[in-house]
Amino acid sequence: MSATPELIKINIDGRDIAVPRGTNVIEASRLLGIDVPHYCYHPKLPVVGNCRMCLVEMGLPAVDPATKTPVIDPATGRQKINWMPRPQIGCGTNAIPGLHIRTTTQMVKDARAGVMEFLLINHPLDCPICDQAGECKLQEQATSYGRGYSRYIEDKNVKPKRTQLGPRVMLDDERCILCSRCVRFSKEVAKDDVLGFIDRGSYSTLTCYPGKELANNYSLNTVDICPVGALTSTDFRFKMRVWFLKQTNSIDTESSVGANTVVWSREGQIYRITPRRNDEVNDTWMSDSGRDLYKQVRAENRLSSPAPLADLIAQAKALLASGGVALVASARSTVAEQYLAKKIADHLKIPADSRHVPAHLAKGDGLLISADRTPNTRGALVTGLIDTLPSEKLTQLAAGIDAGKIKTVLVINEDLSLHGLAPEQLARVDIIHIGTHASATSAAAKVVIPSHTVFEKNGTFINQQFRLQQFNAAVPGHVGTHNDATILSGLLAALGGHDFEGKSNAIWSRLTEETPELAGLAHGNIPETGHLIDAARFSHHAFPETEGLHYKPAK
Amino acid sequence: MSVIKVPRKPLTFAERTYIPQIVSGMMTTLKHIVAKPLTVNYPEERPEIPAGYRGVPTLVRDPNGREKCVSCQLCEFVCPPKAIRITPGEIPADSPAAHVEKAPKEFEINMLRCIYCGLCQEVCPEEAIWLQNVFSVSGYERGEFINNKQKLYELGGTLPDAHYKWDKKKAAAEEAALHGQH
Amino acid sequence: MLDFYFSLPLIVRLIIQGLAVIAVLFPLGAACSMAERKVAAWAQDRPGPNRARPWGLGRIPIIGPILGRFGIFNLMADGGKLLFKEDIVPGHVNKFYFVIAPIVAMTPALSTIAFVPFGAYLDGAGRVLPVMLADVDIGILGVFALASLGVYSLILAGWASNSKYPFLGAIRASAQLISYELSMTLAVVPVLLWINAPGTPGTLSLVRVVEFQSQSGFWGGAWFVFVMPLSAFIFLVALFAETNRQPFDMPESEADLVGGFHTEYGSYKWSLFFVAEYGHMIVGSALFILLFCGGWNPLPWLPLSTFVGWLAPLGAWTAHPLFVGILSICIFLGKVIFSIFFFMWVRWTLPRFRYDQVMRIGWQRLLPLSIANLIIYTIAIALLN
Repeated sequence: MSATPELIKINIDGRDIAVPRGTNVIEASRLLGIDVPHYCYHPKLPVVGNCRMCLVEMGLPAVDPATKTPVIDPATGRQKINWMPRPQIGCGTNAIPGLHIRTTTQMVKDARAGVMEFLLINHPLDCPICDQAGECKLQEQATSYGRGYSRYIEDKNVKPKRTQLGPRVMLDDERCILCSRCVRFSKEVAKDDVLGFIDRGSYSTLTCYPGKELANNYSLNTVDICPVGALTSTDFRFKMRVWFLKQTNSIDTESSVGANTVVWSREGQIYRITPRRNDEVNDTWMSDSGRDLYKQVRAENRLSSPAPLADLIAQAKALLASGGVALVASARSTVAEQYLAKKIADHLKIPADSRHVPAHLAKGDGLLISADRTPNTRGALVTGLIDTLPSEKLTQLAAGIDAGKIKTVLVINEDLSLHGLAPEQLARVDIIHIGTHASATSAAAKVVIPSHTVFEKNGTFINQQFRLQQFNAAVPGHVGTHNDATILSGLLAALGGHDFEGKSNAIWSRLTEETPELAGLAHGNIPETGHLIDAARFSHHAFPETEGLHYKPAK
Repeated sequence: MSVIKVPRKPLTFAERTYIPQIVSGMMTTLKHIVAKPLTVNYPEERPEIPAGYRGVPTLVRDPNGREKCVSCQLCEFVCPPKAIRITPGEIPADSPAAHVEKAPKEFEINMLRCIYCGLCQEVCPEEAIWLQNVFSVSGYERGEFINNKQKLYELGGTLPDAHYKWDKKKAAAEEAALHGQH
Repeated sequence: MLDFYFSLPLIVRLIIQGLAVIAVLFPLGAACSMAERKVAAWAQDRPGPNRARPWGLGRIPIIGPILGRFGIFNLMADGGKLLFKEDIVPGHVNKFYFVIAPIVAMTPALSTIAFVPFGAYLDGAGRVLPVMLADVDIGILGVFALASLGVYSLILAGWASNSKYPFLGAIRASAQLISYELSMTLAVVPVLLWINAPGTPGTLSLVRVVEFQSQSGFWGGAWFVFVMPLSAFIFLVALFAETNRQPFDMPESEADLVGGFHTEYGSYKWSLFFVAEYGHMIVGSALFILLFCGGWNPLPWLPLSTFVGWLAPLGAWTAHPLFVGILSICIFLGKVIFSIFFFMWVRWTLPRFRYDQVMRIGWQRLLPLSIANLIIYTIAIALLN
């Protein structure tokens, strides 16, 4: 994206608009609220122009070939427009000065109806069993631009209906309209060029390269971008119709990229997760592994407790009163939760060397999964919970336990056994565990307070770009669990600190007052694409992330 | 003038005594007293159910015994009182109807909620759900009013099929396979 | 057997007679309630109650199903239910009057029957002797005197219930019954004037009225309904009002007063009101038949004695007092039953009057009409004699 795009004036359906040079007609029309139907075009993929659905009429101002002077139409007194005798594809037509476009003429309508009719000739029309029904471009555009009936009376082509392209993607070739979005995605974005077309004409078939399969961690994006029901997710296949599903904006928690997502749920049950377009973070993609995270909501090892929250907090308070407390907070908690953890630590006068946030590190894939496998490490820095980058091994805590200095550990959403603590060390201290799933830590804990997953609560994360992003609760909390902010603010109040009464806006307003980077940010009013905060204070840290989509390390 | 006074014809003397009217009324009553009852003795005698009657919604099979429902869930979507609940499922590959791919794993209609509007029948793209002639629903517990899939097929039985859409599709696929098209 | 009966002391005989009348009248009242339900059903094109089939009785071939169809078992079930239901006395009522009201209701309903001859037989001399409990001279006066006591039960019930709907019902009942009694009595006077020709010993006996309609000749055999149609009409209308039947059932009017005077009553006490109402209907119908429709005479201009005479060729038994008595009772009962059917027939035809209409009809229409009627007939009778 160039820094200062040159704006040029074009005219669509009689309305003038200034667009950057090179913008194609589909995008320019979208700015005017004009829908140019298309299948193969995708804003984040190369243009190929093979579906022919986006045909529009195109014209340019007439210029006298000899004198290069504008030709004036005597009827209107304005410059004459030379319209091309045949329609042009919108996706492949880029804006040049004076470009004129018509999208509503009879020629355009006939062209669209003709394309629709051809596309539907071999379409099986099995919408009742097709998972795409309800979000299918073919359905929508057949309704809007099709002729409503078919003149085709011959037998339809028969193609393979159930081809397993990869472990997570199923192909129904009869539905495929050969738009090649999936082929381009695999090649250009996922850099895993395994898909292609074989055979000719109406027998063309999408297939994998012999001996390969579509198994990369971004394969389900092909399902998202497939405009029809040809590619379906084996996980979501035949589970639920999309029109029943409620969409909730969320954040992918598997790494510090913070890919924007939409959680699709019905009646408290999540059925799938799809990417949400954010051109600054994840474009329109997300990883396959991030789509599986919803399963943790109803996982077998989910913690829950019938005890009232007040009782659990009272038990925790009793343990904390004995002194020698260490805090293990999490980079998986929201900004507000980290702030509350810091407040509790301040209140208990836990020294800085007893406040830990363990790191989860792995190799980044250079795209949408970064090396830091927590969504909110920067949040811990911004709220002041920690001053230095976290390390994976909690050696200091282990030493403190061995030395007998630490008697009680408050663990929030972490499993100490993954961070270098032996079972004997866990057994030696009183552990208060606030967490979602059972682990060695929760098994060793004296008090377990079950909390919510990211799908059950509202909150914010700060990603690797120092972008503050908001997510919302998609489903109500699992039975026997409590909101993390409620637990922590309740604990803070029980210990004699400020009582936020579990109110997120009260927590947020105090947080923004005390945090310079967040000052003035209204609660619950963060833009959908996130809010980039000032990272100057933290530029000295050597963050582990390597280059990925829309992210370059500072050095 | 928004008010128009309609002149009333004054009653005649005979009308004012009401006796002719009473007598004619008595005659009308007498006619009904001697007439045959219009009612039926319900549990023993059953009324004749007219064609197109909207009774209890049921699921039907086609004449080949294939369950017609493909669990597209349009009926669940359109149902105004939300009486229908479908759990979709995949047809196992070894089933003779494997080419249909999708069938309801569970299909429940709550007859305490159903309002017999017939929208489910109207919306069904597979002509699988029909409001048939069962009109009497009774039970001792709420649970008895939730018709599960098995009950729905028991009530529905088989309906003649004019299309055999899926059979044709299977035949076309077999034909194509014979000619080595895939 | 008859000799044994007549050898009993008078008091015992009277008690037996009284019990017999109660034993007949009480089930008759109950049967009327079933008849009412059946007629209601027929008028509404329904078959009516026909489902109850007790385990044993309903299995009897032919008879069981027929009784079932006529709702006899429903009737028995209803009676049993009313008898065994919990007899609730609401807490806010005046217990004494509350309990006594249904009894007061039953008293006139059962006692008026004493003055009503319900049949006749011929003695050896061919004279017609009435079948009745008390052939006294005051006759109709006694009936009126006792019947008007019926209003006390309604007032008692309404007042004792200590509740607004019963109270309103009672007020309406008292006003209505008094209003229509006047016209009723005045309508009967011409009949009595007619039968008490000057020079003969005066009587108010109903037997005499029937005898008068059993004479030979055109005027002699004509029933009074033909001779005095206006009197008959006024009497009939007033009878509807007196028995609280639609369209005059102001005291009950379940639509606006829930149930009127008996709103607070239930079970057996409530059923007593019901039987009393039907008792009044039966006695009222009987009065109408006796006064205007020839009593036990089979047809106008066809007295019982002539009819029995026609039957003589069939055998000597036709002249036996017992046969004649039963025949006459059957004829009379047939007429009464038709009359009761007529009550129901009207009920399912006419809507209920408004209360002010009831009062206006009573005082402004019927009363002047009956007075005029009386004057005209008095002059006519005077002129004729």
